[in-house]
Amino acid sequence: MTRITLYGILSTLIWMYGCSDEPWNNPYPYNQSRSNIYYDVFEERPKHLDPISAYSANEYVFLGQIYEPPLQYHFLKRPYELTLLTATKIPEVEYFDTDGNQLAADAPAEMVHRAIYRITIRPGILFQPHPAFAKDEAGNYRYHHLSKENIARVNTLADFQETGTRELTAEDYLYQIKRFAHPGVHSPVAGLQGKYILGLQELSEQLAEEHADNQHEDGYIDLREYDLEGVKILDRYTYEVILKEKYPQFIYWLSMPFFAPMPWEADRFYSQYGMKDKNIVLNWYPVGTGPYMLIENNPNRRMVLERNPNFRGETFPQTGEEEDVVNGFLRDAGQTMPFIDKAIYSLEVENIPAWNKFLQGYYDVSDIQSDSFDQAVQFNAQGGAELTEEMQAKNIRLLTAVTTSIFYMGFNMLDEVVGGDSEQARLLRRAISIVVDYDEYISIFANGRGMPAQGPLPPGIFGHMEGEAGTNHYVYQWQDGRTVRRSVKEARDLMVRAGYPNGRDSASGRALILYLDTPAAGPGTKALFDWYRKQFAKLGINLVIRATDYNRFQEKMIKGTAQIFVWGWNADYPDPENFMFLLYGPNAKATRNGENAANYQNPEFDQLFNQMKSMANGPERQVVLDEMIEIVRKDAPWIWGFHPVGFSLHHGWYSNAKPNLMSNNTLKYKRIDPDSRYEMRKKWNQPVLWPVLLLSVLLIISIIPAWFSYKRRERSAAL
Amino acid sequence: MINYILRRIIYAIPILIGVNIITFVLFFVVNTPDEMARMHLGQKHVTLEAIDKWKSERGYDKPVVWNTAADSMGKFTDTIFFNKSIRLFVFDFGQSDNGRDIGYDISQRMWPSLAITVPSLLLGLLAYISFALILAFFRATYIDIWGVVICVIMMSISSMFYIIGGQFVISKLLHLVPISGYDSGFEAIKFVALPVLVGLIGSIGSSTRWYRTIFLEEMHKDFVRTARAKGLSEKVVLFRHVLRNGLIPILTGVVVVLPMLFIGSLITESFFAIPGLGSYTINAIQSQDFSIVRSMVYLGSVLYIIGLILTDVSYTIADPRIRLE
Repeated sequence: MTRITLYGILSTLIWMYGCSDEPWNNPYPYNQSRSNIYYDVFEERPKHLDPISAYSANEYVFLGQIYEPPLQYHFLKRPYELTLLTATKIPEVEYFDTDGNQLAADAPAEMVHRAIYRITIRPGILFQPHPAFAKDEAGNYRYHHLSKENIARVNTLADFQETGTRELTAEDYLYQIKRFAHPGVHSPVAGLQGKYILGLQELSEQLAEEHADNQHEDGYIDLREYDLEGVKILDRYTYEVILKEKYPQFIYWLSMPFFAPMPWEADRFYSQYGMKDKNIVLNWYPVGTGPYMLIENNPNRRMVLERNPNFRGETFPQTGEEEDVVNGFLRDAGQTMPFIDKAIYSLEVENIPAWNKFLQGYYDVSDIQSDSFDQAVQFNAQGGAELTEEMQAKNIRLLTAVTTSIFYMGFNMLDEVVGGDSEQARLLRRAISIVVDYDEYISIFANGRGMPAQGPLPPGIFGHMEGEAGTNHYVYQWQDGRTVRRSVKEARDLMVRAGYPNGRDSASGRALILYLDTPAAGPGTKALFDWYRKQFAKLGINLVIRATDYNRFQEKMIKGTAQIFVWGWNADYPDPENFMFLLYGPNAKATRNGENAANYQNPEFDQLFNQMKSMANGPERQVVLDEMIEIVRKDAPWIWGFHPVGFSLHHGWYSNAKPNLMSNNTLKYKRIDPDSRYEMRKKWNQPVLWPVLLLSVLLIISIIPAWFSYKRRERSAAL
Repeated sequence: MINYILRRIIYAIPILIGVNIITFVLFFVVNTPDEMARMHLGQKHVTLEAIDKWKSERGYDKPVVWNTAADSMGKFTDTIFFNKSIRLFVFDFGQSDNGRDIGYDISQRMWPSLAITVPSLLLGLLAYISFALILAFFRATYIDIWGVVICVIMMSISSMFYIIGGQFVISKLLHLVPISGYDSGFEAIKFVALPVLVGLIGSIGSSTRWYRTIFLEEMHKDFVRTARAKGLSEKVVLFRHVLRNGLIPILTGVVVVLPMLFIGSLITESFFAIPGLGSYTINAIQSQDFSIVRSMVYLGSVLYIIGLILTDVSYTIADPRIRLE
């Protein structure tokens, strides 16, 4: 038996290495070499795959390909534009007053009593094959009432032999919206949606009360038995969402997985007792209508998406931006998607192996980490980023895009020294804003991958202005067609006006000591901390850095005890409201547990925010936004920091790679040339054996004298 | 011997309780249930209600160690400590804070760990004993001197260097095996080869030196001199007398680590993307999943105690003069 096993192992090794022309370092099975498979990495296990709970980019990578909300972002057009996914047309909102009279589209928010979005979905859309839909000969669901013994026999979803499907209907969208109110489900935006969707809050309270101790015998709550006043089914494919007030940003939510359809059968199937103990839960095995389905969920090793055989097919966009034709992004216009059969995401915790595997051709795309930046990218004389010769020789392509994000340094407006509405504090904040040189920060710490922010709105968001009109004149000057940071002397003058000449409080004569709270810690951050201290020292301010772990940092922020801090925000949707609300008074973190981390409060700004948030994009909204930006630039609750620029690399065999920072369902647009990839992998990964042979020869040579010595000793006398 | 083993098992109970208490205290000194909830719920739109709900669902809404609101025994039993710890003693690890069955995850992830640690141990023993015997045989010659110098140099280099260097040379430059990853069945061989080789080279300095010392000590004993006086060949002296007697301390040193092979290696698994229990523990610490951390610490303690008992038993097998009373 042992001999047979040994022969088996040897035969496999010989087959693996000897009889194949495959590269030896290929981490994938050889039968995949010419397959139409996309290879990528994931660094962290997704916490949630239930669309009602998921809210992170690493979760949307998978969910975006599986679940289909009614709308999506256009893949090519910029600025970002909503387009159809399962809906037949973009829903137009209708407003009604308290008497039920319809109002004009531009009706003031205070007059609007109800806002109604009517959504019609396409007929004929099918869910992916799933055991929750499987029925027996009598038409009963085969796996909805499993016994404990049956459940004890299964370990994964694949252990259920039979699957089924059914058509997507409006009821599935309603079911998902009701799940916001489910007492056993956590949705990070349930509170927010409850504020707007009519009756959602009440349903939540009703369900919590009825099911506090008295759930259905197997833990299932059939949400079909409960009415939700704010969602009405008009016919099999049409439903209405009724909001309690005017909320134009709601339409963006309709492109997020929170509003994807959920079949009641799936909820019923996964809710059975014993399923949770087997890790067979909706949070682990999604059920969608999208182009892909998750066929392997092993976040310890890999996640595998495979083409959904029931997918209806969708065509590649026919229009885009002007340069899309030149860049080849419209080459597949009108073609049926998806193009890729399977996507394998492998766990890579460390950057170095992931980067090297990308260079060997085993991953199709890669980010650029700081430690490999110089190997990949160089800046030309004009300051533009371009690939190094090594990357060009491999036909690797570089894509850059300014993200719809902001990283900023905030002042706690509740603080006695840097906060508040006094002129003294305002001048102090503006002086610090000038000397904290984020242009230098981008150059030193971000490898040039950033754009200094002039205000809260990043490029690509309505309201962002370029050029002189978009310049923050409190920190920069417009000179010779570009922004130039104001001098340290001007900042010192502001300090004198603020009552802190040379960084000393003129009233007490004491040196000004400020505190920066940051969750960054460890030896790697020393250079960053030194840089922060150096910036404040330009004004004679002694900066004390209070580095802590993220939990403590969050606690300080919630209690409002931090003085100066560093924070960031990534857009949920491409609307200025999603950034301006970070400075809206009623969203203060310390008092309301909101997202206004600086606890900034300005009645004029708040009033303009309320006006702006319900306006449609246009010149009037731009005027309001300009006013708001001017207010916060003057008050300077944030040092505006920078908008990160995303750099990503991909191989030549990977196409349709246009960056889209708002969409999360872009896998269907991507195309791979597996034959080209196969050839390149072979060319780049030929095994190099001569060093091994040389080492073996050297080892043998070094043994020879020892061998003779041993023989000599054998022949000599014992004592 | 059975009485001895039973006594050792009984002694283990207070040790395991102590380990549980220390793990619990250390974890909750650093983290509060609120902080754990925030970590799991994400960063955006986390409301106080969501935090309370998360804690309630996982039993973190109870007092930590003493419930003043409860009656009699409830003061102690209706607490986070009691509820999270007591089931461990029957190896019911429960669910992780994100809802996964820990026992199932452990049963799945121990195999990749074993795929690395078992070959590393066996091949390592073979290599270290061979090198140590060669150095001992050529004691006080240039081979011995240079061998020891090389061993000291290799001992002085960080294991991280071997990992990164191994990946760079073997996978990136020579293209001999994948740089990281894992697969099941025979496909696992090509992924396991490099971590095993790196582990072997990384420990060769310290282990060879230790074994060499053991063999040299044996070689100076009377029975070796007697064997040589009898005219036995060096080969026979070395393998039949020196090696056999030197194996006693080696064997007992090896037996103690046998149960720990299940736990895997934290750094190696992380760098080579091996989905074993080492990376499971690291991930749990990073994501503040107390349920997994306490389970892994407890499992590690139990395995270590088993290792110590096995060591004692192995003494009696290796050396008939030793009796366990």
